Amino acid sequence: MLELSAVHKYFGGLHAVNNVGFKVAPGTIKAVIGPNGAGKTTLFNLIAGGLEPSSGTITFKGRPIQGLKPHRVASLGMARTFQNIKLFHGMTALENVMLGCHIRSRSGFLAGMFNLPRTWKEEKDIRARSMALLELLDIAGYADVEATSLAFGQQRAVEMARALAMEPDLLLLDEPAAGLNIYETAEIARLIERTREMGITVLLVEHDMSLVMDISDEIVVLSFGEKIAEDVPDEIQRNPDVIKIYLGEDEEAAV
Amino acid sequence: MELSLFLQYLFAGITYGIIYAIVAIGFNIIYNTTGIINFAQGEFLMLGGMISISLLHFMPLPAAITVAVVITMLVGALIEIVFIRWIENPSVLRMIVITIGISIIIREAALHIWGESVRALPYFIGSAVTSVSILGTKISPQVLIVIGVCSVVVVFLSFFFKFTSIGREMRACAANRRAATLCGINVKNMVTFSFMLSAGIGALAGAVMSPITYSQYDNGTGLAIKGFTVAIMGGLGNSPGAVAAGLMLGIIEAFSISVLPLAFQDAVAIAILLIILFIRPHGLFGSSEAARLKEF
Amino acid sequence: MEFIKRYLPIAGLLGIVIGVQLLTSATDTAYYLTQLTMAAYYSLLIIGLCVLMGYAGQISLGHAGFFAIGGYLSAALTSNDFSAYRETAVMRFMDTAGLLLHRQSLYGEPLLNIQPWPACIIAVVVAIIIAFLLGIPVLKLKGHYLAMATLGFGIIIFRVALAAEFFGEADGISEVPPFQLFPGVSVTGDFSDRVQNYYIAWGLLLLGLVLLLNLIHSRVGRALRSIHGSEEASEAIGVNTARYKLYTFVISAAFAAIAGSFLTHYNGGIGPSEAGVMKSVRYVAIVAVGGMANLWGVLIMGILLNFMSLRGMFGTYDDAVFGVILILIMLFAPQGILSLRIRNIFRTKRNDT
Repeated sequence: MLELSAVHKYFGGLHAVNNVGFKVAPGTIKAVIGPNGAGKTTLFNLIAGGLEPSSGTITFKGRPIQGLKPHRVASLGMARTFQNIKLFHGMTALENVMLGCHIRSRSGFLAGMFNLPRTWKEEKDIRARSMALLELLDIAGYADVEATSLAFGQQRAVEMARALAMEPDLLLLDEPAAGLNIYETAEIARLIERTREMGITVLLVEHDMSLVMDISDEIVVLSFGEKIAEDVPDEIQRNPDVIKIYLGEDEEAAV
Repeated sequence: MELSLFLQYLFAGITYGIIYAIVAIGFNIIYNTTGIINFAQGEFLMLGGMISISLLHFMPLPAAITVAVVITMLVGALIEIVFIRWIENPSVLRMIVITIGISIIIREAALHIWGESVRALPYFIGSAVTSVSILGTKISPQVLIVIGVCSVVVVFLSFFFKFTSIGREMRACAANRRAATLCGINVKNMVTFSFMLSAGIGALAGAVMSPITYSQYDNGTGLAIKGFTVAIMGGLGNSPGAVAAGLMLGIIEAFSISVLPLAFQDAVAIAILLIILFIRPHGLFGSSEAARLKEF
Repeated sequence: MEFIKRYLPIAGLLGIVIGVQLLTSATDTAYYLTQLTMAAYYSLLIIGLCVLMGYAGQISLGHAGFFAIGGYLSAALTSNDFSAYRETAVMRFMDTAGLLLHRQSLYGEPLLNIQPWPACIIAVVVAIIIAFLLGIPVLKLKGHYLAMATLGFGIIIFRVALAAEFFGEADGISEVPPFQLFPGVSVTGDFSDRVQNYYIAWGLLLLGLVLLLNLIHSRVGRALRSIHGSEEASEAIGVNTARYKLYTFVISAAFAAIAGSFLTHYNGGIGPSEAGVMKSVRYVAIVAVGGMANLWGVLIMGILLNFMSLRGMFGTYDDAVFGVILILIMLFAPQGILSLRIRNIFRTKRNDT
């Protein structure tokens, strides 16, 4: 589904991503973990198209995508969420999800201005599909509420619904549990597994170890921009390098 | 082109160029402390010229210019206190529109006070036909006065920002507002002061250039857009860059007269502005690394 | 249901338009129609700018430039004499296509003009092409830079209008002929055609309004509002933000050019002040007063303020009034005085860190 090979990214003198390569197999959930500053978010932006790698290739469904604009990557079938939720303010939850249907619909400027019958029909379809997604995520009751005024957990759900509305093949989740309590985190975990059951591959970056260990099929560990391990969760938990670099830092932080 | 004609164009270019540089530095001073582009910057020059002309009826020339500069500084302070100071977290678009509104009000007020007529201060030394000879070319002493006064302003400002405590505090605000606040600097007063300083140098330039370029209620807009062009060319916030860019634009404009009709002179500057914005929005002399941190 | 919600106010407005006309003819005050006609054309430009500023979130301080391109080209092509170019291939082609008008001057010399229809189309197409070429680089800019770049464009157009002999220099172009839309229906300032022209202008404005209302309630309109909300998130859901901003810019420029062309035929002329920076600022001011992302609010303020200004109600303080309005609105009611929805487009977004 997604393959990175020998990806580097420099910011001036800083080597933010150093020779990272891994594959995400179709239908799996893969997680990228690492301490703060390990280059996770940079890696994410390289994949989603916000940044161009200094060298290396990123292929998605067999197509090189490095350096493409984000909207091009999105239209190839990759959806993403943001660490600090980016819903569109001034728009209802339903409208936000309807925006997710953007790439799966076609009416352009002229069709919109003249409100052609097929535009009218397409709009009805979009509305119905979006409503169905809100129901799926148990937030249909908030459809007409301004999205940014919802509680944090509900906002996450709206953002997920918006991403699912894109009918992606690959879903990128940037710290989906950030800022959530343990109940909401469990809810998100269930949602991610349901996403996979829908046939969508998932790649997530996460801090919350319990979430990652529970749901991931495979885990990549980054430290200072380098990949130091890639394995199934049980092995990662036993890997001495990972314990030293990742968990060790946590213990220090705890002290 | 023969040497004397070349020198004529060159001096004209330097004269206008250094005035543009002063306008650009005015933009920079306010931009550095607030992040705002003050679209009313050109009006300060117009006020400086117009007020000194009116005051000349009551007092000698140096006094008239001094008082005009002080009055314009007060206008600058007033603008900041009335319109800018109390707005919390203003967005860029809102500040653009507000400063445009301010420039319109100043211009319209000037129209009602002074009318549409074109005025000018008398030449400081001699008259319009007095000239000094430089390398065989006749140059009006006023040109040398403009160049001299503006150069002194530029040098004075660079000393001011480097060596006085208030100048250093203003630079601290520019670097990091919050840190400056934590160091006990009254950022709001610094912003007021930056408006006053900006208005003051604008008014001084407006007064000394008046005999050559004339003053009219509406010549602020043109100066503002030239000044902005220069500020962008030099890299927004970068005052040495503004001087270099100002001279460059002034000289390009002056020589453009020899190939283009006079009416298109403004178009030359704006075309340069557009081209610079498209290819190097961080300026000719700015670094693109640092520019990443700014929003274009 | 939604259909009714969108179009019922249009029907209401149409009713008002007819009502006003009947009222003026009943009370013998038909002279008001002249300013109402002109206000309608200016408002056509303003609602186009509203979609650009309020919905796509891009400021333009150069829209008077597009208005002037439409007006000046229409005027120059229909009024200037092209007999000198009679033998060029383009002119011969246009002649055989029936796009030229052969007239005689007062002294019996042959005059060659272009018919209003092709002239108008050329004017609008030129405006669209310029908007396109300008928009590609300019719309990459934000904030101050975009404002200054569009302002610079406006000044260039103003300077060209002022300096070019083809556009009549400081005097502008006068004695622009009527624009015959269909046989018997012409855009002209003739008193006898005043009622007809009132309906032409308002018909055009209502048509423009319907198109734009449709647009903002469509998939595209939703995407435009998303760009305004967060360009990054908008890209992430697959919106080609650069293209959407560009197309909106071009559409608003086309509205401006059409307004310029029609108003020039109505007034029988155009002068450089129509291209002035103050005009552009005025249009921005009206969009701000109307509430930015509020087509109806902007339309109402566009008609009201233009009508008052054209009636001379602000006297010699005309420009000053717009300056004061601009400041007061931005200081105290950045959502416009008619804001029905609270959509603060000026809210600084600080959650990107």
